[in-house]
Amino acid sequence: MNAAVLSADLAYWAQSLLRVLGGLVAVLLPAGTIVYLFLFKMMSFMQSRLGPMEAGPYGSMQLFAEVGKWLQKEDIYPARADRFLFKIAPLIVLASTFLLVVVVPFGPDAWFTDFEAGVFYMLAVSSVSVLGILIAGWSSANKYSLLGGLRAAGQLIAYELPMVLAVVGVVIQAGTMNMQGIVVAQNAGSMFGWDGLGNPYVLTQFVGFVIFMIAVQAELTQTPFDMPIAESELVSGYMTEYSGFRFLIFFIGEFATAGVFSMIASVLFLGGWAVPFSWFGWTNLNDIDNWMNVAGPLILFTKMVVLSFIIMWVRFSFPRFREDQLQRFAWKVLIPVSLVNIMLTAIFKVAF
Amino acid sequence: MIAADLLVAQNIGFAIIAAIMVIGALRVVTTSNVVHAALWLVVVLAGAAAQYVLLAAEFVAITQVLVYIGAVMVLFLFGTMLTRARIGVETDLNNKNWFMGVPVAVLLFATLAIALNDGFGDQRLPSDSPVVSTQQLSDQIFGPYLLPFWALSFVLLAAVIGAIVLSRRD
Repeated sequence: MNAAVLSADLAYWAQSLLRVLGGLVAVLLPAGTIVYLFLFKMMSFMQSRLGPMEAGPYGSMQLFAEVGKWLQKEDIYPARADRFLFKIAPLIVLASTFLLVVVVPFGPDAWFTDFEAGVFYMLAVSSVSVLGILIAGWSSANKYSLLGGLRAAGQLIAYELPMVLAVVGVVIQAGTMNMQGIVVAQNAGSMFGWDGLGNPYVLTQFVGFVIFMIAVQAELTQTPFDMPIAESELVSGYMTEYSGFRFLIFFIGEFATAGVFSMIASVLFLGGWAVPFSWFGWTNLNDIDNWMNVAGPLILFTKMVVLSFIIMWVRFSFPRFREDQLQRFAWKVLIPVSLVNIMLTAIFKVAF
Repeated sequence: MIAADLLVAQNIGFAIIAAIMVIGALRVVTTSNVVHAALWLVVVLAGAAAQYVLLAAEFVAITQVLVYIGAVMVLFLFGTMLTRARIGVETDLNNKNWFMGVPVAVLLFATLAIALNDGFGDQRLPSDSPVVSTQQLSDQIFGPYLLPFWALSFVLLAAVIGAIVLSRRD
């Protein structure tokens, strides 16, 4: 992080070390926040109970207790499992999360890498986790696991497409695939000449935003789309045979990906780390004061919490889709709607 | 003595990735398990993506990941896992005509080597080879190369419709 600010003083290895540490924070902090705030507390309140209360004030240390518990457990693998693949599968899923966070900008200079095709990269690496899930399902030597893995692959491929198509509208409107460029385009923009709010794309691309969030929900296999880990049918799908540390990695991966996707959604649709530039008289990226490098991550984090609140809210509120309904919804509703959205966006882009 | 424009880091990176790709490619055909073979193929394809990154062709590299690793290999694995993927060693993977592949591979390699050597000879990429941005690429595709792009789209559309027609039972 803070590459441009720090590059003058720090050697390459020190910058790299900072980036690695920043990446760990950017992945683990959202995961911890989501698990404690939403999975422990909000779910409990929605179900008229208190949730964890003993460990620390309001159970806030429960997370560390849980991690300690998972770390102590025995590392079990099935006798007939493909041992090497069984072991690396959770790591592939987690690696996909770390690859995702690399393109998220946190401030004017606080980014890991300023990929020119950032949006495209994000879509490409998010599909790598499918490989890990398939490998996990197959290498467990368990029919339920295999079925869960296959369901996950079918679902993730189906919902990859609406996600790509929903993002295309944003890319057309911003005129760039660079995440930083999309943030600038939103906050330097104006609506009908009024620039008090910039031009957050959640207003102009509302259809795209809804489709993107639905697709994210499906990519995360959160509840309306949790066929791959449906506990009443498949025990817990591709995760059935995993315990201890490896289960913990899957668990962290799931919620960290939820956090990272929320960050990406807030970059694409809610204006990302920035405030509307007109508030402080900025016009482009170079005007921005240095304090935004500190405030930016906090603003992005707030937006991330709001969006992951929506993800978790939907998760705890809706029953599960049936497999055929799930596929029909993706192919017959989301994809045509997003194609129409692209067409309309392109027409408006040319017209105005 | 190492010349100044030899790009040492890039060459070392290239060599490491190339070695991984060669080992991966050999393991694809020698491993005794279908799923392992498919996963070694993933290693080879990811290596190709890494080589594109070394050539500063980020769009092609990302496309390689998106299309081959994210879609084609997932479909491969999906298919094999649905039908015949056993865990452990399988004995009947090779059929008795496997050696026919050897002359084909040698011939292909020879053709490519001769064609490349003939075409480019001792030309070298400039050491500060320009980064081809995604924007330049799309300007080319939707400008001078629009007609071939359309033609390709129609071929793909025909393939999709053909697949649907073949797989429909009614």
